[in-house]
Amino acid sequence: MSDVLAAVKFDAEGFMVDPNAWTKEIAEAIAAREGMVLTERHWVVINFARDYFKKNGESPTPRNITKNSDVTTKELYELFPGGPAKLAAKVSGLGKPHGCI
Amino acid sequence: MKTFLILGAGTAGTLMARSMVKTLDPQEWKVVVVDRDRAHYYQPGFLFIPFGIYKPSDVIKPKTNYLPRQVEMIWSDIELVEPAENRVTLTEGKRVIHYDELVIATGVDIRPDQTEGLDGAGWRQNIFDFYTYEGSVKLAEALKRFDGGRVVINISEMPVKCPVAPLEFVFLADDYFRRRGIRNKVDLIYSTPLPDAFTKPRANATLGPMFEKRGIQLEADFAIGDVDASANAIHSYDGREIGYDLLVSIPTNMGAEYIERSGIGDDLNYIPVDKFTMQSKQWPNVWAVGDTTNLPASKAGSVAHFQHEIAVHNILAHIKGQPVDDKFDGHSLCYIESGAGKAILIDFNYDLEPVPGTYPVPGIGPFQLLKETTFNHWGKLIFRPMYWAMMSGINVPLPSKMSTAGKKI
Repeated sequence: MSDVLAAVKFDAEGFMVDPNAWTKEIAEAIAAREGMVLTERHWVVINFARDYFKKNGESPTPRNITKNSDVTTKELYELFPGGPAKLAAKVSGLGKPHGCI
Repeated sequence: MKTFLILGAGTAGTLMARSMVKTLDPQEWKVVVVDRDRAHYYQPGFLFIPFGIYKPSDVIKPKTNYLPRQVEMIWSDIELVEPAENRVTLTEGKRVIHYDELVIATGVDIRPDQTEGLDGAGWRQNIFDFYTYEGSVKLAEALKRFDGGRVVINISEMPVKCPVAPLEFVFLADDYFRRRGIRNKVDLIYSTPLPDAFTKPRANATLGPMFEKRGIQLEADFAIGDVDASANAIHSYDGREIGYDLLVSIPTNMGAEYIERSGIGDDLNYIPVDKFTMQSKQWPNVWAVGDTTNLPASKAGSVAHFQHEIAVHNILAHIKGQPVDDKFDGHSLCYIESGAGKAILIDFNYDLEPVPGTYPVPGIGPFQLLKETTFNHWGKLIFRPMYWAMMSGINVPLPSKMSTAGKKI
């Protein structure tokens, strides 16, 4: 696991600096570091987040995810406890969602 | 005769109408504006109404005062926009307007119906918003009656108009209860879906202690699942509960329903446009300005003003068949009221986060960026007369692109 992440650059809060350097192996390793095991349902969210980022250049919001996949908001919070936008972005190799200030 | 059609006569639509009347040849172009509401609101003023600082006449004027006489003004809701046909159908009389250029500027509205239980039995009883005129007036009455208990501020979902307004509200509430001598009987709780009150590192380092200093409790990463009005409690999706006596809600902000009906918006009925040019990603003669866009910039009046200047340049270029090349940099300029007659000024864009420094004169000011000062508060108050002057067509020399001079980048 540590081998996979050794060459990956993270910011101070553990978000990947370069979303293009992301791979599925890295996602598994980040998830393990966060104490999670990725299931098929996690991958629905991660794949959606990667596609969304490719199209829009930013991380999706919880609404984007639930409106465009079969994942409900409740499930989304069960999959990524404590903050799906943040945790899903982290595992998907995307930047931290920000407010304006 | 060609038709330049503007949907919405708020901040962005009014500015756009004036610029187009001024620059387009009246022999060749007719400027048509559609809006359903005859009142023009100074929306930043809604923040002050709950605390009795502003009165209704400060924030409401007739739209006709600010629209140039040369425009054809139509009062109606919008039924459908069909960009492939260059056609808009109005609700009134099912009138159809064919356009050559279309600007969408119908803003966003609060949607309490998007959160379970929010618009139920407690709505405007002990649950209020301050993002509408009616809401802020009702909240003023409720605050007057309030003599102690838990005041919970909750943001349903980002993005919201003027993303700093909820912070300003909680700072002004702290100040308000202090002045009434009952601050020790009031718990102030700020709950947000964001990971912190201030999410950008420089702002957080400077402004983070403001919560602790004022005794405001922060409930971060709180994504509201439902409101239980019978138990006066809100719940998050991850099972947290916050009880309230007074809930001040900032509901989900969505674009107009005709956008959804027409299938031209995103998941929140915002219009997807190029973040630099304001041109629709799908239809080159469709543009959006102000709150209604999906731009990753703040939904605020100053931003609408900056965007409109860029959009005007690009639309005129497009009409002449020239390249659409003026670029909006995401510039936002906001005064944040912090209570006790002080305010903080922030200036930022797509790439630069709010930083310390002086504004507008490098090294001098008089405004201090990312710092609480009395002078900044005056700046905030001056914005209201400046706003109405700007709507009347008086040129306010605010540069639309951000300058880095005098700033500690």
